[in-house]
Amino acid sequence: MSESAVNSGRLEATATHGVTPALHHQFEDIEQQREAGNFGMWIFLATEMLFFGAIFTAYIMYRVMYYPGFEAGSRGLEASFGATMTFVLLASSFTMAMSVHAAHAGKRRMLLGFLFATMLLGIIFLGLKFTEYTHKWHEQLVPGLNFHPAAESLRGAPEHAVELFMCFYFFMTGLHALHMIIGIGLLGVMAILAWQGKISPENYNRVEAAGLYWHFVDIIWIYLFPLLYLVGGRY
Amino acid sequence: MSGKTPSVRTYSLVFIALLLLAALTTGIAYVNLGRFNTVAALAIAAVKMCLVALFFMHLWYSPGLTKIVVLAGFFWLALMVSFILADVFTRSWISPPGPFR
Amino acid sequence: MSTAVAEVPVESRIHYLNASYGIKSWLFTTDHKRIALLYLGSITLMFFIGGAAAVLMRLHLIEPAGALVQPETYNKLFTMHGVVMVFFFLIPSIPATLGNFLVPMMIGARDLAFPRLNLLSWYVYITGATFTLYALISGGVDTGWTFYTPLSSHYVNTHVIATALGVFITGFSSILTGLNFIVTIHKMRAPGMTWKRMPLFLWSMYATSIIFVLGTPVIAVTLFLLGLERLFHVGIFDPAIGGDPVLFQHLFWFYSHPAVYIMILPGMGVVSELITCFSRKKPFGYIFIAYSSLAIAMISFFVWGHHMFVSSQSVYAGFIFSALSFAVAIPSAIKVFNWTATLYKGSISYQAPMLYALGFIGLFTMGGLTGLFLASLATDVHLHDTYFVIAHFHYIMVGGAVMAYLGGIHFWWPKITGRLYHDGWARVAAVVIFFGFNLTFFPQYMLGYLGMPRRYAVYPAEFQVLNVMSSAGASILGIGYLIPFIYLLWSIRYGPVAGPNPWGAKGLEWETPSPPPTDNFEESPVVPDEPYGYAKPEHAHV
Repeated sequence: MSESAVNSGRLEATATHGVTPALHHQFEDIEQQREAGNFGMWIFLATEMLFFGAIFTAYIMYRVMYYPGFEAGSRGLEASFGATMTFVLLASSFTMAMSVHAAHAGKRRMLLGFLFATMLLGIIFLGLKFTEYTHKWHEQLVPGLNFHPAAESLRGAPEHAVELFMCFYFFMTGLHALHMIIGIGLLGVMAILAWQGKISPENYNRVEAAGLYWHFVDIIWIYLFPLLYLVGGRY
Repeated sequence: MSGKTPSVRTYSLVFIALLLLAALTTGIAYVNLGRFNTVAALAIAAVKMCLVALFFMHLWYSPGLTKIVVLAGFFWLALMVSFILADVFTRSWISPPGPFR
Repeated sequence: MSTAVAEVPVESRIHYLNASYGIKSWLFTTDHKRIALLYLGSITLMFFIGGAAAVLMRLHLIEPAGALVQPETYNKLFTMHGVVMVFFFLIPSIPATLGNFLVPMMIGARDLAFPRLNLLSWYVYITGATFTLYALISGGVDTGWTFYTPLSSHYVNTHVIATALGVFITGFSSILTGLNFIVTIHKMRAPGMTWKRMPLFLWSMYATSIIFVLGTPVIAVTLFLLGLERLFHVGIFDPAIGGDPVLFQHLFWFYSHPAVYIMILPGMGVVSELITCFSRKKPFGYIFIAYSSLAIAMISFFVWGHHMFVSSQSVYAGFIFSALSFAVAIPSAIKVFNWTATLYKGSISYQAPMLYALGFIGLFTMGGLTGLFLASLATDVHLHDTYFVIAHFHYIMVGGAVMAYLGGIHFWWPKITGRLYHDGWARVAAVVIFFGFNLTFFPQYMLGYLGMPRRYAVYPAEFQVLNVMSSAGASILGIGYLIPFIYLLWSIRYGPVAGPNPWGAKGLEWETPSPPPTDNFEESPVVPDEPYGYAKPEHAHV
């Protein structure tokens, strides 16, 4: 009795899974799979909130303790550079949102176009960041490797506090850039999948998940910009 | 959920709003508002974050469970920040007891 | 139905162990049950490595001037013991083995939500373990498992970066496991399996996963920053540029205190399952036990400063952390009361898993109560960094978590392997472990109270008697741990074949053959109306 029940159960399962090949075997239907994937990515983003959050916490603490040094260090950063990078990233968020929209609508060409646009904007951002790092190297403001600030760079603040600020500048933007690189890689994978026709309106949640990651990294920058580049104003 | 997502028009409007806010936060930095500079910068950043999260990340259209996850993340972050700052700010209020006489 | 399945000999039935053969079928598996066994092998290895360090330490401490190793080596021993036991054994233990195996089965699913991510978790764990073992072989680390700065960032010459990197990487293994469990429990429960029909083990795995997900990233980034500071000789914890070493401690303990609840909550979940099965009673106050797991997970994040009372942390912050630390004991106490009430008028039998569970209740209670001594500011000033602390956490971690782990391994062994182990030897081992454990760690309470500091390679001569007692206990404890290793492995080949439910327990995992088929259930599981539907004690059968 159990054997026949077992057999019919197995046949049923194969039939359901045969119809939608994109359905993984542990899920009952594609909607459950989509929900699980989406939920999982949001939980991962919550972990990232705590990951970046620990450095933000440290930043807040030291900013309160050493405000003049942070202000001096911040004025040493070019606000125009920071603003340009912000615009680039916001644009990349827009193109990312459009990519997800295209995936949901099943428009393959549009999806590929917007994915490439997002990746390109990400690469531009990284290029700007690299340029900025090079500038800081030339100005001798890299803690641990090359920190010999000229007196004007200090703007009257204690040298150690400016060095501490620069530590935060490099750690926070460096960690952010690392996440950007991973994000660009992720989008590259999405582009390959889209090229192979594996993204469809029924099966687009991977692009959606990549989009969530990308937007999150953008939100980190939305906070990094004022906290690093605009401390104390520019008047 | 698989149903409602924002239209292209919504995305575009949000994008324009984000650009304007970014310009605003940059512009405000050149105006002397004293301590209010920081408040303004953080407030604008918060609005931008909400726009990206609610519309680009579809949080507005997401199930309640997702919203709880986001709130939990914020709550835990706030916890970490507030308790650590509470330590740093109150260290000078009372010194540890001295040696017994 | 179940008898028909039980009559089919295990050799001719296809199940998850014989569904495919060869090393590739194991290293590339996505079956949560096989992944659980991969973890089981790995963490057992790490347990013996951490245990070896402990054996060397206890042998060294037989004499006041130290009997075995140089002080620098002793520092490396206690550091490696801590790092390996905490990060590579205790934190993954129950979640990665029993959790991975049972979570999908207990909710009636075919697998976890993300099986490939599950396999990735194991590889990440192995990568982290490799870095740490490399550090161990290259000469070890001597900063203590807490890596306090500036000692770890500026002053020692040992392999801090490799060890910190190993822990950092393994942290992601935990995060991914926790993420997998949360999504699985929310989204993949079988029809009819409401939250309040879930076994208590699942509630505790869910609570543990919340801590995994929210706490581990903080230590990950903290160790990352420590590594950068060591590499570039400057960083945010460096006093030379105004950095605050106490900030490191805050960020470290923000995770590491909830981590101790990661280590105990799964054990509490196992104990809930064992107590109910071997008393043949449904748990007293099911909803209280369930919610107390969530309460512990939440409140555990509010109390980390109790590790820092003497660190120059603000005294006012100390007041708050102390009060909250008393609060976190309450949900744990609720569990102990409820387990005891479950035992009352139950039909109790004393198989090995039950012996472990009973031992847990007693030893965990002792460990927990001594935690209150440490939560009180005034007493902690004297007891901090003494053997009292060591005894306290070993009562909970070893007397609690490890005993629960062993109890769980024994309880679900027939399900996992399809074989029964020899319960007589298992009971002997449980008693030897209990006795050896108490002889090892009770004298340490007294040593701490008398003032012997921890992490010292030498001690005043008047403490020798208690140290020798502790070392004698440690050797008995070591033998106690070896015995199950022998008979459990023996049972895989020569033990009697187990049916689907040798204990007569309630739960969906017992409704399927032992060992289970790859997809866990041959027929869709039927979720009972209430969990733990044990018959009244008079009608119970074993």
